[in-house]
Amino acid sequence: MSDPHHDHHPSPVPPEGGGKYYWLDDKTNRAKILWVLVAVCAGLIIADLFYHKHVVYDFENWFGFYGLFGFFLPVVLVLLAQALRKILMRDEDYYDH
Amino acid sequence: MITEVASNIPPGLIFIVGALLIPFIRGNMRSAYMLLLPLLGIWQLTQMDAGTFGTITIFGLETTHVRIDKLSLIFGYIFYVAAALGMIFAWHNKDLVEQASAIVYMGAAIGAIFAGDLITLFVYWELTAVASVFIIWAARTDRAYKAAMRYLIIQILSGVLLAAGAVVRAAENGSVDFGAIGLASPGGVFIILAFGIKCAFPLMHNWVQDAYPEATPTGTVFLSAFTTKLAVYALARGYAGTEELVWIGTVMAVFPIFYAVLENDLRRVLAYTLNNQLGFMVAGIGVGTTLAINGAVAHAFVGILYKALLFMSLGAVIHRVGTAKGSELGGLYKSMPLTTVFCLVGCASISAFPLFCGFITKSMIITAVAKEGYLVSFVLLLFASACVFHYVAIKIPHFAFFGQDSGKLCQEAPINMLLAMGIASFMCIGIGVYPDALFSLLPYPVHYVPYTTSHVVTILQLLAFSALAFAVVQRLGLYPLVQRSTMLDFDFSYRWIGSRAFGWLLSRGAIAWETMRDDMLSMLRNVIKTTIQFHGPDGIMARTAGLGVSAGAVMVLLFVLLVAVMS
Repeated sequence: MSDPHHDHHPSPVPPEGGGKYYWLDDKTNRAKILWVLVAVCAGLIIADLFYHKHVVYDFENWFGFYGLFGFFLPVVLVLLAQALRKILMRDEDYYDH
Repeated sequence: MITEVASNIPPGLIFIVGALLIPFIRGNMRSAYMLLLPLLGIWQLTQMDAGTFGTITIFGLETTHVRIDKLSLIFGYIFYVAAALGMIFAWHNKDLVEQASAIVYMGAAIGAIFAGDLITLFVYWELTAVASVFIIWAARTDRAYKAAMRYLIIQILSGVLLAAGAVVRAAENGSVDFGAIGLASPGGVFIILAFGIKCAFPLMHNWVQDAYPEATPTGTVFLSAFTTKLAVYALARGYAGTEELVWIGTVMAVFPIFYAVLENDLRRVLAYTLNNQLGFMVAGIGVGTTLAINGAVAHAFVGILYKALLFMSLGAVIHRVGTAKGSELGGLYKSMPLTTVFCLVGCASISAFPLFCGFITKSMIITAVAKEGYLVSFVLLLFASACVFHYVAIKIPHFAFFGQDSGKLCQEAPINMLLAMGIASFMCIGIGVYPDALFSLLPYPVHYVPYTTSHVVTILQLLAFSALAFAVVQRLGLYPLVQRSTMLDFDFSYRWIGSRAFGWLLSRGAIAWETMRDDMLSMLRNVIKTTIQFHGPDGIMARTAGLGVSAGAVMVLLFVLLVAVMS
């Protein structure tokens, strides 16, 4: 699978990534991304007031429908998947013996 | 003159015949030669006019080797493009088995696209199955060997069903023409099952997730583009407007996402998404309006591009780090910044972000589904769209490139891999920004306007909130941990129940065999005993008799003969 011509470094190295500093290494910067995302979401919901939706079904016209749909259904997906995981998960080499 | 000759050679044959030369060329020359073939193929397609040729009558049945029309041409073009991308990506790979079988596999898939009848289709259909098995075997691991055996059995089953369907149809209407088929006749049912296996219909899907992630990093890129999209083409040709497909497609779009959330092997996550994206295409074919068929074909076209791009980015990770398991990766953006960017382009495309190709094509399908009044399908496809962003576009970059730093350091992907990913990214964005280029290739005239305020804002809402949901779930610690594991899927039925049942039958069979063997042996012993009794040293047949007795016996015999002749 791996290329023999290039060295791999399986041993752990400092998280700085070879001494370099990365903007994402800072936890507060990661939090900033989250807040930007929240702001974008809020902006998009407010935008619903300012344009005319072309829809096929009436429920699509509800205020913020796509936003709420996009938020809650993936959460449902994850919760359902959590439950399924208990039933479906086996060892990695389950089929190998 | 050259163009005239070129337009009379069946497409795909360039690859299959061209593969014969591969063993005689070495090193970079071989890679260059392999890249030349799809470029030749694309040029050849541009020289071809709509129509059919290569008509041969076999046993009173008319077969048409090549049919050129808009539906077959668009698949022909994208298959050659995918072949070229795959070859650039695999430039460094000098494994003769993988190279030769990939070429034959792709040539067979292209030949199948242009087949005008079911018999020609069947021949190419089986050739794709047989050739692709060698691509999986080229990984040369025990797991790949076993997965490829299962893959082969399932693929051959599809071919057998197609042959059966063709025979039934020939008996029904005296023709094996491959046009609209429908489910009205038994032949049509056989054939849709054959297509359904290759298209990974629910419960027939598991070969995709089983075999594709076991191939080499380059092999998976080749595999991801052809087999399933060939089936999409075949369904669009034979079963457009077959309502059952709307429901099959909807189920296909929804159920793999649960597995994709849980799966640890990121290439297997992609295999589940491949399945889920096929669901959109199948649903579109089932709706069958011109918008829906255009949408399904366009989605297959861009699906090949972004799926190849995503498999390439993970292939590059495997090439450098040696694994694609989410539990062992993270923080690779530091070592592989360009690969990270290309992966993000693939993610934006698959999750239908505005200005990326998936936005155009997926919305064509969803709009068509809504317009025809399939409310349940519409809501479920919307659900699948929101989730695909969640579990692919965030999960893969999160676990591979960002997220918890694994401490793994490596080099950026080799230049040929970056080039292939770069071209694929360029095409994904190009189609997203200028969809008319793709629209001009579609089978029907397009009157669809993708960029309206309403559409852009609603999709952005869907995606932004889906991202927010991921962040919240992740922060609350509710997101399923990735860890080394196997998820039971339908293959449980044949890899566990099936193998146990077979084992049980074998053990019962062994008892029956022992009993039978003992009986047979004792019978044989009796035969030998009797033989010895009569023919052995003391047996009656071995005794010697006196000369007089012998002479007497001969005289009696002669006398009997004489009497018989006289009377």
